[in-house]
Amino acid sequence: MTIEQQSLEQQEPSSTKLALSLAFAGLISGIIIISIFEATLPTITANKARELREAVFKVLPNVTTMQKLQFDNGKLRVRTEKGADENTIYGGYGSQGQFVGYAVEGAGPGFQDTIRVLYGYLPEQRKIVGMEILESRETPGLGDKIFKDMAFVANFDDLAVDPEIKAVKKGTKSTPFEIDSITGATISAKAVVRIINKARVRWEDRLPAPGNEPKLESKKTKDEG
Amino acid sequence: MAINIKDPSAVQEMMKGLWRDNPVFVQVLGMCPMLAVTNSAINALAMGLATLFVLVGSSALVSAFKNLIPKQVRISLYIVIIATFVTVIDYTLLALFPAIHKELGAFIPLIVANCMILGRQEAFAAKHTVGFAVMDAIGMSAGFLIALFALGSVREILGNGSLFGIDLFGAGFEPWVIMILPPGGFITLGLILLFFNWVTERKTRFLEQVVAAEQAKG
Repeated sequence: MTIEQQSLEQQEPSSTKLALSLAFAGLISGIIIISIFEATLPTITANKARELREAVFKVLPNVTTMQKLQFDNGKLRVRTEKGADENTIYGGYGSQGQFVGYAVEGAGPGFQDTIRVLYGYLPEQRKIVGMEILESRETPGLGDKIFKDMAFVANFDDLAVDPEIKAVKKGTKSTPFEIDSITGATISAKAVVRIINKARVRWEDRLPAPGNEPKLESKKTKDEG
Repeated sequence: MAINIKDPSAVQEMMKGLWRDNPVFVQVLGMCPMLAVTNSAINALAMGLATLFVLVGSSALVSAFKNLIPKQVRISLYIVIIATFVTVIDYTLLALFPAIHKELGAFIPLIVANCMILGRQEAFAAKHTVGFAVMDAIGMSAGFLIALFALGSVREILGNGSLFGIDLFGAGFEPWVIMILPPGGFITLGLILLFFNWVTERKTRFLEQVVAAEQAKG
């Protein structure tokens, strides 16, 4: 054993010291992570709320005002509380305050992680008039075409929901309820379709008959948002 | 952190990362982000800058505390430090540049697993002063950034006909879709490595000839 090795062994610290140094590093790291989380949370929440508001106006054409609608106790009412949960949808209203359509959020597994989708739905015509991906971690360059490929997004601008939406091979769309899928990203495209179908079925019986939608109460217009 | 920037060895520590010891082209490290996020120039740039932040930050910390870090648990401590910086940059990007964060997605948290970063802590920061460690970190991450950017722009130009999202060739250009897909990453990286090795080999041969000529003269 060389002198160097001996001196190294003499310096061997106790397990307590090792555990303590790890615990200390963990503590400091934890404090830093909590601070950065707390510091950025308001901005991140505001960003998300703004994105959602913008998305509502994007998926529902000719809408100037929106309000949150809440489904509880078997009935759709105007939501006055802050925030949103899985029973919240968004009602879009025209310039005269007349009801135009709903913006419904749906989520489900994509190729990599949960995809959150918002779609605009006209209950009277029973069709979808717009789709926006709120959140996704699909493969860059492939799966992310679900929001980057404008031809794919345009599929949802005038889409019948009956009997149910179907993704077909690109270029073979023949009925109003079919969409052209994306070459190389079939799983992501099908995931979007599945999420929308699921959300639509879930909301089918919850929405009031056309004409009985909740009246406009809040005054949150496009410009304010 | 008393270091003279004009000190030739400090500059050397920085420059070596750019070419001689380039983390991607010479050490072939950090291949996961290299291949995954280089399908467009802007993604490559954002990834390079995020890595720069993490590497410089953790190198400085590791070097500053190198005498306090017990040898037996050093790797775990390095990972804790690196992961903290990664979380900071993850939330900062999410708050300030949500669009870029959306693009890079899962690959930001994966910076923790970039072996180039851990490698620099073990091989350099833990043995040198803070000033040198920071210079080395800047050089290495600049080299990484250059490599990412080279790959990203080649792949975006050929695979999408654009650079930074600006269309270059007009409607007549048929994009080489394969360049955007994973194989395109491997092909481009392979060609760049080939070029790098060719240059190095030529340089070595040239130096050998010079030496031979000198000897012949002497």
